[in-house]
Amino acid sequence: MTPNSSETMTGAEMVVRALKDQGVAHIFGYPGGAVLPIYDALFQNEGPEHVLVRHEQGATHMAEGYARSTGKPGVVLVTSGPGATNAVTGLTDALMDSIPMVCITGQVPTHLIGSDAFQECDTVGITRPCTKHNYLVKDVNDLAQVLHEAFYVATNGRPGPVVVDIPKDVQFATGAYVGPENVVHKTYHPKLKGDADKIRAAVELLAGAKKPILYTGGGVINSGDRATALLRELAEVTGAPVTSTLMGLGCYPASGPQWLGMLGMHGTYEANHAMHDCDVMVCIGARFDDRITGRLDLFSPGSRKIHIDIDPAQINKNVKVEVGVIGDVAHVLEDMLAVWRASNAKLDAEALKDWWQEIDRWRARNCLAYRPSGETIKPQQAIERLYELTKGPNTYITTEVGQHQMWAAQYYKFEEPNRWMTSGGLGTMGYGMPAAVGVQVAHPDALVIDIAGEASIQMCIQELSTAIQYKLPIKIFILNNEYMGMVRQWQQLLHGSRYSNSYSEALPDFVKLAEAYGATGLRCVEPGDLDATIRAMIETPGPVVVDCLVDKMENVTPMIPSGRAHNDMLLGDASEDRIENAISDEGKMLV
Amino acid sequence: MRQPTGSAYFMDDAHPPIASHTLAILVDNEPGVLARVIGLFSGRGYNIDSLTVSEVSHEGQLSRITIVTSGPAGVVEQIKTQLDRLVPVHSVVDLTLTGRALERELMLIKARGTGEQRAEALRLAEAFRARVIDATTESFIFEITGKPDKLDQFIVLMAPLGLVEVSRTGVAAIARGPEGMAG
Repeated sequence: MTPNSSETMTGAEMVVRALKDQGVAHIFGYPGGAVLPIYDALFQNEGPEHVLVRHEQGATHMAEGYARSTGKPGVVLVTSGPGATNAVTGLTDALMDSIPMVCITGQVPTHLIGSDAFQECDTVGITRPCTKHNYLVKDVNDLAQVLHEAFYVATNGRPGPVVVDIPKDVQFATGAYVGPENVVHKTYHPKLKGDADKIRAAVELLAGAKKPILYTGGGVINSGDRATALLRELAEVTGAPVTSTLMGLGCYPASGPQWLGMLGMHGTYEANHAMHDCDVMVCIGARFDDRITGRLDLFSPGSRKIHIDIDPAQINKNVKVEVGVIGDVAHVLEDMLAVWRASNAKLDAEALKDWWQEIDRWRARNCLAYRPSGETIKPQQAIERLYELTKGPNTYITTEVGQHQMWAAQYYKFEEPNRWMTSGGLGTMGYGMPAAVGVQVAHPDALVIDIAGEASIQMCIQELSTAIQYKLPIKIFILNNEYMGMVRQWQQLLHGSRYSNSYSEALPDFVKLAEAYGATGLRCVEPGDLDATIRAMIETPGPVVVDCLVDKMENVTPMIPSGRAHNDMLLGDASEDRIENAISDEGKMLV
Repeated sequence: MRQPTGSAYFMDDAHPPIASHTLAILVDNEPGVLARVIGLFSGRGYNIDSLTVSEVSHEGQLSRITIVTSGPAGVVEQIKTQLDRLVPVHSVVDLTLTGRALERELMLIKARGTGEQRAEALRLAEAFRARVIDATTESFIFEITGKPDKLDQFIVLMAPLGLVEVSRTGVAAIARGPEGMAG
């Protein structure tokens, strides 16, 4: 291909141009020696708006929040060496949770690679296992093609993070630019449509069910709005109960009549029992993670299983299934619904009625009940009030990782997809606040709340400065129990209440900390002040940090203890004795 | 210590039978592609019993990796699907499952000895169709090609006859019949 003169430019200019051609509106980054040419090109050319972060990990989580709330890829720009290594946590997080991300890293000039140069690291070597794919570009004439390929790979098939490592001399060099329309990938062509015979088999199996369940996950949300609509349709035509993983919350509305709540380790009693006792399970865009299945050899022993996933490697990985349909959720559900209608399929109404009666008995256990107290704020109560006062289609929730995350998942109700951003697979403390910044960048007028813990929030607290700089009015709602709560809970259950290093010693004054950054700090101590504080948080312009002091010793329940099956759960009203002996010696060895 | 059941981390309690499988992997010949493949094996705890890699099409910039691995059928199936989803991988074939594959390996083997020991080494080499490619008055280097177990057997026989050193290429494998591997 002979480029005309107007398509000749420097590598750095190509980066800006490629981002523009890919429709990227915002990037999250931090400058440094090895990316200065790209920053110069950003300064001199019209391109995406750059959000300056305070730490590269923050940039990756912002990109994740941006991506998860919009369905578009998040873009990160960092320098070589420490810039790249600081991005590793967020890259791994995005890989585990299937978040589309393109991370551009600077690299030392090609002639210095391998010489232990200043701020050199083997970025492609380090990020190989924590990206979907990565590239080191050594020739400026390959750069445009690689950048477009990176976006293609990040967003097609099972989404994930892609790193493009660009040495500084390649950024300076001049070469030919090609547009995205000229790029066709040689090898990577994920299958979108499921095999027709598998779809027929799936419909046949589902239509014969007496106790069906739809087990949905983040793949439904990744597949897009159409997938969500089709899932709701499938639920309606079948009448089957619906549960979801942590990542899938919002794909079926929490107010929907067939909603059982989240399943898994801290899932509801009804969802887990229904999973255990069902006779046909339809797993849609989920991956039978160990937090979901509990004890594998007792996982849903009587059911035949259908698994819909775009990633062939997920089928039969942890759990053997009868029908594995490889394809995009929206495509597969569309075809399944078409076959369902064409064959006039209908579930046995009597059996389904009995199944729902059984489910209603489990629901009657009211597993999320807790005992409110007059003196201290219960964390569950705090989330319930937060939900009541902030719910709406324009509210986005992010979380850190730990007890507060599980309470948020249990007590905050999601009606729509893309409203819930959390670190599910990797479990990254420090995810929520930068993710909230990313969400707010994408949705400037939305109410964006990071539900946090006092330990997690300190892991990326520096990004409060980013929120101030860009006038992003994120709200940080800290459930402060002065413990790394989930660690403490496990120490109580597994390690004889020996609270080794889980007390949040020497906590900062979060109100003053917020003020030091230029944000507003609020504190809430009394249950009676909860509503007023939440209202003040919403009404106060700009970033707000709420330090909500909650019961220090509250545990997250229900809980499937390690090594137990779905129908063997701990409930909140369990006696102290039952909690102390809840986990067998074998279970203690599991994580 | 007994391993607990009940987690994805301890799935192998049932000890399903372990079999050897030969996988042929067609990949883009680009920097780092071998690291991706072997990183997948080490990262996910799979075995590599033998590995060969070489460019097979200069114009197409394709390399072929042959890996002999071992594991329960389910794990080998996982290995195949995990390899298949690596971006630069064109195709993966489990040649053991297709059942019609030829496997060959080349070995260079050095033996040192004199007198009857030396004569016996030569006689064995002839029986195994090994070629002498270097000789001194007290040593031979043989070149031998064959299935891996034939090479193993030759090593066993040479051990008492002054075996000094062995160098093996690892297995190259190809399916019988007129069809090529899908690219």
